[in-house]
Amino acid sequence: MRRIVIGEGSCGIAAGAAKVQSALEPLLKEAGIPVGITGCIGMCYLEPIVDIYEDKTLVRRLVRVSEADAPAIAAALAGEDLSALDALTIQPDDEAFLKKQTRIALRNCGIVDPTDVIDYEARGGYEGLKKVLSGMSQEEVIDVIKVSGLAGRGGAGFPTWFKWDAARKSQSKNGSKYLICNADEGDPGAFMDRAVIESDPHNLIEGMMIGAYAIGATEAVVYVRAEYPLAIVRLENAIEQARAAGYLGRNICGSDFSCDMRIKAGAGAFVCGEETALIESLEGHRGMPRLKPPFPAQAGYWQEPSNINNVETYANVPWILTHGGETYAQMGTETSKGTKVFALTGKVVRGGLVEVPMGMTLRDVIFGIGGGIRDGRKCKAVQMGGPSGGCIPYEMFDTVIDYKALAATGAIMGSGGMVVMDETTCMVGMAKFFLDFTTKESCGKCVHCRIGTKRLYEILTRITEGNGREGDIELLEELCVAVKDGALCGLGQTAPNPVLTTLRYFRDEYVAHIEKKKCPSLECAALLRYEIHADKCIGCTMCARNCPAKAIDGTVKKPHVIRQADCIRCGQCLASCRFGAITVE
Amino acid sequence: MCQCSQQKSDLSLLAPVLEKYAAVPGSLITILQKAQDIYGYLPTDVLYAVAEATGDSPAKVLGVATFYTQFRLQPVGKYLIMQCQGTACHVNGSERISKAITEELGIRDGETTADGLFTLKDVACLGCCSLSPVMMINGETYGTLTPEKTVKILRSLKEQAGKEAQG
Repeated sequence: MRRIVIGEGSCGIAAGAAKVQSALEPLLKEAGIPVGITGCIGMCYLEPIVDIYEDKTLVRRLVRVSEADAPAIAAALAGEDLSALDALTIQPDDEAFLKKQTRIALRNCGIVDPTDVIDYEARGGYEGLKKVLSGMSQEEVIDVIKVSGLAGRGGAGFPTWFKWDAARKSQSKNGSKYLICNADEGDPGAFMDRAVIESDPHNLIEGMMIGAYAIGATEAVVYVRAEYPLAIVRLENAIEQARAAGYLGRNICGSDFSCDMRIKAGAGAFVCGEETALIESLEGHRGMPRLKPPFPAQAGYWQEPSNINNVETYANVPWILTHGGETYAQMGTETSKGTKVFALTGKVVRGGLVEVPMGMTLRDVIFGIGGGIRDGRKCKAVQMGGPSGGCIPYEMFDTVIDYKALAATGAIMGSGGMVVMDETTCMVGMAKFFLDFTTKESCGKCVHCRIGTKRLYEILTRITEGNGREGDIELLEELCVAVKDGALCGLGQTAPNPVLTTLRYFRDEYVAHIEKKKCPSLECAALLRYEIHADKCIGCTMCARNCPAKAIDGTVKKPHVIRQADCIRCGQCLASCRFGAITVE
Repeated sequence: MCQCSQQKSDLSLLAPVLEKYAAVPGSLITILQKAQDIYGYLPTDVLYAVAEATGDSPAKVLGVATFYTQFRLQPVGKYLIMQCQGTACHVNGSERISKAITEELGIRDGETTADGLFTLKDVACLGCCSLSPVMMINGETYGTLTPEKTVKILRSLKEQAGKEAQG
């Protein structure tokens, strides 16, 4: 039977998918064609996406659909011939975006209906949990994870089995143990966790329940960012369904194992991505990190043994249990196994959610899958790991996706933000952008982070405003080392990374700002100088009329002049000149 | 926190929340979230009421309320503009959008227009990076913004509010 499925993750909805759905539904109802939804297909740049299925086979994918297309779609669907929809159909180039990926954590995203547990079961869902509960010991489960080589996908890359084993062995004081999911995706530029929860919430629940059994947890908690309202709604719904189907609660799948799950909505604090700060927040306090040791595995939530993993880590677990640890470990490099999900964004042609095997080069991801840089511009760098990571220059795009190889560049694997930058992005400005973020998000507990990031931000600000001094680069370097060494938690220890990597690879940009008072990327407004060339100016007065500061003098048919002292460098004159008489440098 | 303020909130609205959560350990953030849902922000007298019911000191309650970006101690406008300042939005020109909003409405991050219609708030990342630059107004996301498009959206909301006020 013919049916259609619309991609409705937050991105799809923001692009207008829900409007397309309401336009299509009444039209297709008459024809008896069911309309369903799915989560994030990953091709965010093509949203809204409408998939046409014959039974279980995807026969055609329509992209960038608008409400106005609804009547044409409905008319074509009513007949046999779909060729009338050719113009809306995805192009082969765009299909390559998906074909070059290996999807494990995202295997159901964009395919299953996230609001329906039956759909998940039909794709082999909850088989991993059933297998575990039909006779595997806790040690055996942990052993499978150990063989798989799965490591923490939140960014740190710590071996998952080790954490699980420590929590399993740890003695509880009152009989409680907790399994916690960190879904406080704070890295600005990353949205993998949101997509997994919105698109395949049962996968997360199954992964968490397998982990809960392995450590002997009595309760599972998902700490979700409050900025993700749709993720919370879908997960709440999925938890209810899973409970009703016997995958949560007492005697799961008829076994002796009991464990329930609840959601805790975060309240907006980047530092809560740090596991001990997250626990503090769960307990209702300000999210300030605790000293380690003791580690959460010994004394975590309410001082009981607790295990915390990221969403993507858990999302890999059901697949590993059904396919075996060895199969998972066959993918990847010596030091990093399996796949990693990235949120590919920035100045890239095809942006979206990609999952690739470890060992792929950055070039293959950004150019092979992402299609390179928009508007024919030159690629400058990629930012990985957000405020804790760094910028890797284009010249190093043969670096492979691997925890060790990426750390060697000064960046980190991170949670999966991959923001591509072209020649118009100022790298000093980029460092300033991240320090602005960490300064605001520093919890204030330790001096190095609280004051150190502030001073770094101030120095970067003065450099971008043309007030950089000789010695500023050395001062930045010294301060970076001090903050790295002195900070208590991961936020502070990694906060200097954006500065250190841009200094390492783009030192000449810093020098240009400080010594020549120029911004090579033409981004730092204070350092720009707009000029009218008398030989090209015909005196049309357009620039003078558009100048909000009234800083342009001249009479009709005579060349105009910008009074530099009054110029606010807004660029209106450049945008309004039709004769190419104005330049900026 | 000064108790001499003349503020009087209808605390009976909060009673069911306190009844359900006050005795549950670790519920302070949940209570504050529900209180903000009720009042639109966290008035001082509500913070005191929460402190009394949970047994936490008023200082701790205010400490938590000011630590997390979600909590507001001032009322917000009819339209809450959450402007994304994430990395992808930054790279794709969010600064130009901020400028356009400030020029159109005369408010900066954290401020509310005199007519009480708009509040502007910078947020870290809305997770719609592929549509950057992005803003969210009262739960609806607007993507691939340009300064012109932003101004158009704001004007149509103003118009809508004007119509609602009339009829």
